[in-house]
Amino acid sequence: MQEKRRLLALDAPAPLGRVSGSKLTFAMAEDFSLSGDQTPRDEATFTVKAGLAEMLKGGVIMDVVTPEQAKIAEDAGAAAVMALERVPADIRRDGGVARMSDPVMIRAIQEAVTIPVMAKARIGHFVEAQVLEALEVDYVDESEVLTPADEANHIDKWAFSVPFVCGATNLGEALRRIGEGAAMIRSKGEAGTGDIVEAVRHLRLIRREVRRLGAVDEGELPTAAKELQAPLELVRQVGREGRLPVVLFCAGGLATPADAAMVMQLGAEGVFVGSGIFKSEDPERRARAIVEATTHFNDPARIAAASTGLGQPMTSLESSKLEPEQLLAPRGW
Amino acid sequence: MSPTVGILALQGGFEAHEKIVRSLGAQAREVRLPRELEGLDALVIPGGESTVMTLGIERDGLAQPLRELVRRGTPVLGTCAGMIMLDRDHLGVLDVATERNAFGRQLHSFETDLELSGLGGGPVHAVFIRAPWVRVCGARVEVLGSVDGHPVAVRQGKLVAVAFHPELAGESRLHELVLGMNGGRD
Repeated sequence: MQEKRRLLALDAPAPLGRVSGSKLTFAMAEDFSLSGDQTPRDEATFTVKAGLAEMLKGGVIMDVVTPEQAKIAEDAGAAAVMALERVPADIRRDGGVARMSDPVMIRAIQEAVTIPVMAKARIGHFVEAQVLEALEVDYVDESEVLTPADEANHIDKWAFSVPFVCGATNLGEALRRIGEGAAMIRSKGEAGTGDIVEAVRHLRLIRREVRRLGAVDEGELPTAAKELQAPLELVRQVGREGRLPVVLFCAGGLATPADAAMVMQLGAEGVFVGSGIFKSEDPERRARAIVEATTHFNDPARIAAASTGLGQPMTSLESSKLEPEQLLAPRGW
Repeated sequence: MSPTVGILALQGGFEAHEKIVRSLGAQAREVRLPRELEGLDALVIPGGESTVMTLGIERDGLAQPLRELVRRGTPVLGTCAGMIMLDRDHLGVLDVATERNAFGRQLHSFETDLELSGLGGGPVHAVFIRAPWVRVCGARVEVLGSVDGHPVAVRQGKLVAVAFHPELAGESRLHELVLGMNGGRD
């Protein structure tokens, strides 16, 4: 087979006509890399921003703090990695102000993997977001897991070319973030606990409110928008389409393959796993198992197989026993 | 009976393809297991992360069944990561070598209008997300369209592969093209 392959690069056959947008280019076949003509294009459109989230669907996005962890995540089947300074479980344990990751670390993670690299910025900290855009991360997570930088304002995400994902505990919060320019939403859950109960609460609530808007009389949508404290146009869109205008992932407290499959069955379009992987006994194996359970979320036999022999999960905290000031989900509004 | 189009659903943008397939009056079937490849009239391999899809194809024993499906003459449309899955280094059914993330990181993702040879009805609105391009192609491969001089749409027999996402722009002509090749059923 190999010798039969007549590579264009060797053969230099007929020129290619009708190519590259509005320009008619007669590039010889071996000249693929030499063409000087740039096809006209639009970058950083909302379609392009939300489009990457579409491509992450059905996937697992894993928190990593080092290039080594990023490589393990990629090899295990992560659809993307999230670079941050400390995983939520360590932020809880050590306290102090949690900030954007060191640019040196982000660059090293970008060099270690070929999958998308996301990174967290503090709520309202638009300069951290500018730095992350300058580093060319693929997505910025304006995250409640870090210490908020502004008590009144989230980042104006329309001002950026890089896309943003934001957390939400209910539909109103999700639509406010989308109104500010977020191209992807994740339900917040309670990060760093290993307790899925808050993730389930937030995901169920968002999905329930979306279904409710689908059933509301059109004349009642302005009132619904007022109650949700959300932009009317987005409320109308949800009512019309019966779904969130952007991709919805689930985050916060997922620790097992069964956790991932459960939120997928509840309508999440993919999952974020933070401390759940690299705070467990065997991160590589657990990461693979969570990826498998996320793909085969409707197949209990596969979830059972994936759940077998994973070693100890992360050390967990029951969210209902946390003091109010220890909760991360109420950050942002 | 309306034709059935399988959509590989291990990970990625499979739902947008399902919508397009249904809008053409065909049945859409999510494929995660080898047996779900049986009796298909056409297959779509969607975009997503090619590393995740590669691992999933290995884990779930899909490589050989997918190659056999191509050998039987079932038409296949691969978009973005789907194009990578078909290439020499992955399933080895499409005689091209691809370059992953060839246009760069997400900040360099873009949309554009693209003329594709053999496809009537004006240019295709093409959405490129961290897209690959074709680096080398074999003689049996026909280049349908290019960006910056790099092939981004190719055809080899009943395989059609594009580096972009027609499904994100509601573009259905490529799906129609593979459905029209109708040589699927055993």
